[in-house]
Amino acid sequence: MTATALAAETSPDRPGRRAWRRSEEARGLAMISPTFLYALALLLLPVLVVVTYSFWTQDYLEIDRTFTLENYRQALSEPIYRDLFLRSLWISLAVSVATVVFSYPVAWFISFHGGVHRNLWLFLVTIPCWTSYLLRVMSWKVILGYGGVLNTGLINLGVIDAPLTSLLYNSNAVVITLVHSWAAFAILPIYVSLQKIDRSLIEAARDLGDSRLRAFLRITLPLSLPGVISAFLIVMIPTVGDYVTPRLVGGKDGMMIANAIQAQFGKAANWPLGAALSVTTMVLVSLSAAAVVLALRFALGRMK
Amino acid sequence: MTDRTMIRIDAVSKFYGIYKALDAVSLTIGEGEFFSLLGPSGCGKTTLLRSIAGFETPTSGEIHIDGVPSVMLPPNRRPTNMVFQSYAIFPHLDVAENVAYGLKRLRLSREDEARRVGDALEQVRLAGLGKRQAHELSGGQRQRVALARALVMRPKVLLLDEPLSALDKKLREEMQVELRQLQKAVGITFILVTHDQYEALALSDRIAVMFGGKIAQVATPKEIYQHPRTRKVADFLGGMNFLSGRILGEQAGTVSVDAARFGAVNLGKPPGFTAADGRVTLGIRPERLRLLWDDERAPHELSGRLENRAYFGEVTHLSVGVEGLEAPLSMVETNSYGADDLPIGAEIRLAYDPDAFVLLAEDPPVSRV
Repeated sequence: MTATALAAETSPDRPGRRAWRRSEEARGLAMISPTFLYALALLLLPVLVVVTYSFWTQDYLEIDRTFTLENYRQALSEPIYRDLFLRSLWISLAVSVATVVFSYPVAWFISFHGGVHRNLWLFLVTIPCWTSYLLRVMSWKVILGYGGVLNTGLINLGVIDAPLTSLLYNSNAVVITLVHSWAAFAILPIYVSLQKIDRSLIEAARDLGDSRLRAFLRITLPLSLPGVISAFLIVMIPTVGDYVTPRLVGGKDGMMIANAIQAQFGKAANWPLGAALSVTTMVLVSLSAAAVVLALRFALGRMK
Repeated sequence: MTDRTMIRIDAVSKFYGIYKALDAVSLTIGEGEFFSLLGPSGCGKTTLLRSIAGFETPTSGEIHIDGVPSVMLPPNRRPTNMVFQSYAIFPHLDVAENVAYGLKRLRLSREDEARRVGDALEQVRLAGLGKRQAHELSGGQRQRVALARALVMRPKVLLLDEPLSALDKKLREEMQVELRQLQKAVGITFILVTHDQYEALALSDRIAVMFGGKIAQVATPKEIYQHPRTRKVADFLGGMNFLSGRILGEQAGTVSVDAARFGAVNLGKPPGFTAADGRVTLGIRPERLRLLWDDERAPHELSGRLENRAYFGEVTHLSVGVEGLEAPLSMVETNSYGADDLPIGAEIRLAYDPDAFVLLAEDPPVSRV
């Protein structure tokens, strides 16, 4: 390369910059920048505010702005918060497992046996989401309540003599309600990943001697793992911090960490402690999500 | 190749709703035979192959594989293995794991399994590539993995669904040679589905030509090329000049036909030949017509006018108008003498051999419902 050519390439000349402005990269950046700025302003900044608050102290009506880890000490050592963290994680884990387990067959059926009516089936799956989330949770109260659909039904069938009180206002009720609320969000990603599987791969497995079940375990399931993982995360991450469902159907024993956070920002008026609880929740969710993803990958890696 | 029957297909029909994909197909395929199912797309050849593999259940009829009635058997209980058109390489497994896929069920010792996988990879000339991931393979390599994965199962019948159609021409020709050698080496029955008549001619011991869910003719490549039974078969297997002729007389085994400008020719009578109205269709392959240069003479010749010419490198296709014939004759000349330089409109003479004509039967009407 000659010296002039080198100089021409390295100098920030105008044609070069104009070319960049017309490049794919520039156009891509221009396209995402409104969304990006929006997300930055409404997502990242509030999180930063929360993180900052978590290191301060509430001093009656004032905020003491000296740096302290006292809130985190409380969040991690007070038995009430520890119990709430564990229960929230446990409930969200149970909800995610149950949602994925119940959604997978539905997604599999639509993908493999939906035929020409696949889109109709998907449409039907989304119908519950048309009503308000609140209404859906409330309707579970009607189903699970003391004089609810389930109890009266079981009494009329003669299965039980007196209404069951263990159905509503505990963590089971929270799990049942959340599984129902999130089913559609798990079915769709699993369906998409099943839809992407080349059917001749399953035929090839059958041709090479696998029964239907073995072909499913060795081909369909591993290849749909991305969908399973995203379904799991889509369900698990928001349910840890769910506030409405435990409030409405959880009773005293179904309270979750979000209810405590709400109390700190509301009645208890201790924003820094609420902030510390929020940040701790975020960290715990990230860690457990990562653990779940690794565990699923490992389990399926062993299976082939 | 022995005379033992490996596959016997008895009156197999397959309906999709009211659409008839296979119409009472009967066929026997011998042990160790390289058999091709040839036909245009939609003729039912893939449906027939998939019925043998067990992916389609015929609506009626029976398929015996090595003497076992198999129509109701699932694919995993048949002694057949398939090479899919898309190759169907498992994307989450490497090459060796792909090849070993079907062996897992046999619970071989680790050494035995590794040896069989190694042998199979060597057979398809992929030795040493066992650790490659599926997405790192070229088209030709994927094809070989699919072959190895099927052959490692030691099937009685290997089914190949248009295995070469995704490869470029050069690679396809190489793989054709390899496929033929492989079949000779392993000695098992190969059934190939293809729409490429040259592939079928080059590879097969026998070919079944299919149209509209029915088998039109089953014969060796040479027989089917030189003596196609019907007009459609003749047309599908390369170029053919069709003429209509009038029957002059019938003798035992032969017919003499007035072949318009070609004069009277004697033709072998195909089995079941009838010509109610005395009119028949004749065919002659383009390469059986020969251009006569300068004062060259032939016992049977015809003159005409060059109407069109297409250059194909080693050969030139000529289209020659002859007075008294409905359509111009096509012929193929090698380019050694300068056929590619003949001016359009030139008066030329061509020689033909009266024995090169074939008598073609009318095709049965196609109905798919």
